[in-house]
Amino acid sequence: MSAFTSKFADELIANAAYIGTPGKGILAADESTGTIGKRLASINVENVETNRRNLRELLFTAPGALPCLSGVILFEETLYQKSSDGKLFVDILKEGGVLPGIKVDKGTVELAGTNGETTTQGLDGLGDRCKKYYEAGARFAKWRAVLKIGENEPSELSIHENAYGLARYAVICQENGLVPIVEPEILVDGSHDIQKCAAVTERVLAACYKALSDHHVLLEGTLLKPNMVTPGSDSPKVSPEVIAEHTVRALQRTVPAAVPAIVFLSGGQSEEEATRNLNAMNQLKTKKPWSLSFSFGRALQQSTLKTWAGKEENVKAAQEALYVRCKANSEATLGTYKGDAKLGDGAAESLHVKDYKY
Amino acid sequence: MSAFVGKYADELIKTAKYIATPGKGILAADESTGTIGKRFASINVENIESNRQALRELLFTSPGTFPCLSGVILFEETLYQKTSDGKPFVDLLMESGVIPGIKVDKGVVDLAGTNGETTTQGLDSLGTRCQEYYKAGARFAKWRAVLKIGATEPSELSIQDNAKGLARYAIICQENGLVPIVEPEILTDGSHDIKQCAAVTETVLAAVYKALNEHHVLLEGTLLKPNMVTPGSDSPKVTPEVIADYTVTALRRTVPPAVPGIVFLSGGQSEEEATLNLNAMNKLDVLKPWTLTFSFGRALQQSTLKAWAGKTENVAKAQATFLTRCKANSDATLGKYTGGASGDSAASESLYVKGYKY
Repeated sequence: MSAFTSKFADELIANAAYIGTPGKGILAADESTGTIGKRLASINVENVETNRRNLRELLFTAPGALPCLSGVILFEETLYQKSSDGKLFVDILKEGGVLPGIKVDKGTVELAGTNGETTTQGLDGLGDRCKKYYEAGARFAKWRAVLKIGENEPSELSIHENAYGLARYAVICQENGLVPIVEPEILVDGSHDIQKCAAVTERVLAACYKALSDHHVLLEGTLLKPNMVTPGSDSPKVSPEVIAEHTVRALQRTVPAAVPAIVFLSGGQSEEEATRNLNAMNQLKTKKPWSLSFSFGRALQQSTLKTWAGKEENVKAAQEALYVRCKANSEATLGTYKGDAKLGDGAAESLHVKDYKY
Repeated sequence: MSAFVGKYADELIKTAKYIATPGKGILAADESTGTIGKRFASINVENIESNRQALRELLFTSPGTFPCLSGVILFEETLYQKTSDGKPFVDLLMESGVIPGIKVDKGVVDLAGTNGETTTQGLDSLGTRCQEYYKAGARFAKWRAVLKIGATEPSELSIQDNAKGLARYAIICQENGLVPIVEPEILTDGSHDIKQCAAVTETVLAAVYKALNEHHVLLEGTLLKPNMVTPGSDSPKVTPEVIADYTVTALRRTVPPAVPGIVFLSGGQSEEEATLNLNAMNKLDVLKPWTLTFSFGRALQQSTLKAWAGKTENVAKAQATFLTRCKANSDATLGKYTGGASGDSAASESLYVKGYKY
């Protein structure tokens, strides 16, 4: 095979397919210590380990949430944390039918000579780290590459560097039993229209799949985490149906059928926007050989965070808010969301932060 | 869009989709004057224009065959020929729901410094030629790139050059209203096993689709004509089910869902082999976002040629033979072929010619 045959092949294929189960999706709870600090700051909560642990316990024990999820992406610290009654988070998730995943990249660095474009680091010792994560219970990984749209961006250099970084990360994961989520995020920043976003997305995804082929990645044991195709943040909004049409067409033109599932990132979209767009895609009557689901961070946690505000007495209400978003997105993967989710505080709030530093 | 959407876009999409209609396929009758001469020699028929016209008239007026065919690929000479009662072949075909296509490449030339690898020529003034062909009634085109498997083949040069040639040909066709059939044939010659053929096929197809993306080709308005994935000609044969499994896996890993149909070449396979393999693919219980059909030359005409032997009194018999193969392959596109279409020994005759010069 062009794809390399790993001893983990069957397991990778089974896990990737499971994550793509219709009705389920991924909670991205892998905010680094720095990033979660910003979230906690927004609700006046101190960025200490107990608070980070409390937040994740709130999320993972929310009644009704786990059945809507097939995976949760964790930051390294969280992979080894326990609930307040001493149970490892990874065990809570596994018992709830949710695969633990792990963020393995080490952030972005600038590409010299470009206009603020970046590449992602994290390949050094990645194989050993993956082994350790597998031992700790992780079964999938995530690596975020970032591109932007501008006059001369994304440059061929940026596309090539990010695509080949993703490919190298992907095959190392597969050698060590982790399903790689391939995430080539094209930021929404800018005043470009949806056609431009579509053109760039198609170009970037084509480069990604060429790179994955060159690196002998087993596509059946991977997932794709792309941006939806939308107008730039400074451009007029369009309907979910228009977003769905452009997004699915871009994917039809670039993502081979061997990929079992596509799990969208939410970028700066509000909770409700992200859900409606995903729903519209799943209602579209056209060829979709991969399932279309979610891997949302902010778009699943925003209302929950605000409701919690770091207070013990708010936990129940915060968990209820999380359940509402999980259920809404679960329905969206089936195209049955009626838009009637009890909008929590901030559910309609845009989560766009210009030039978002992850 | 990343894809070029010219004035012919809607027509290209419609034509490509029609050619890919389940139950139909393509008759490749585009043998050059030299090549048809070899066929005629094998049945002791003189290679003169009237005989070439007679053969094609025999094929294009065979009762009952039109419902099995969505297209016929013609050589330039044939595009301008008429039936014996003065009707242009293209009109006859169009009226019968069969779209005329035209071979536009100008054969292969050696790539210097390689071990007998080739590239395909024909790009010079291709746009102008396509315009002429469109006026004459053609609505799709075909260009054959050839690669081989060896110790160090196909080389990166061969893959890149052939992929880029196909992409350039494809976009020029689309600019001028012709649906390009993209044909990257990997010859069966050799003693390699089926796994090696699969690996090479996947690598080649990945390169082809990357090139098509770079050249802004509208995938919805193209067709793919690949080899089936089989063991080399000097290796032990395998069953149609094994061929189907490896072939469809390779295609699922490389051919974007936007491509409406895949029309296999038969290479050196016998008529019966080619039909059985196509049938097995269509029976495979796996998600296939493109239709799988045929674009057969020898594998549709072999028995017919022998039955005709150049004699007018044999025409009816030859046409009945041709109908048998057309129906068999039409059934195969639906996974309904039950085998043994004709007791004719010619149907089982291998059509393999070592180092086949097209």
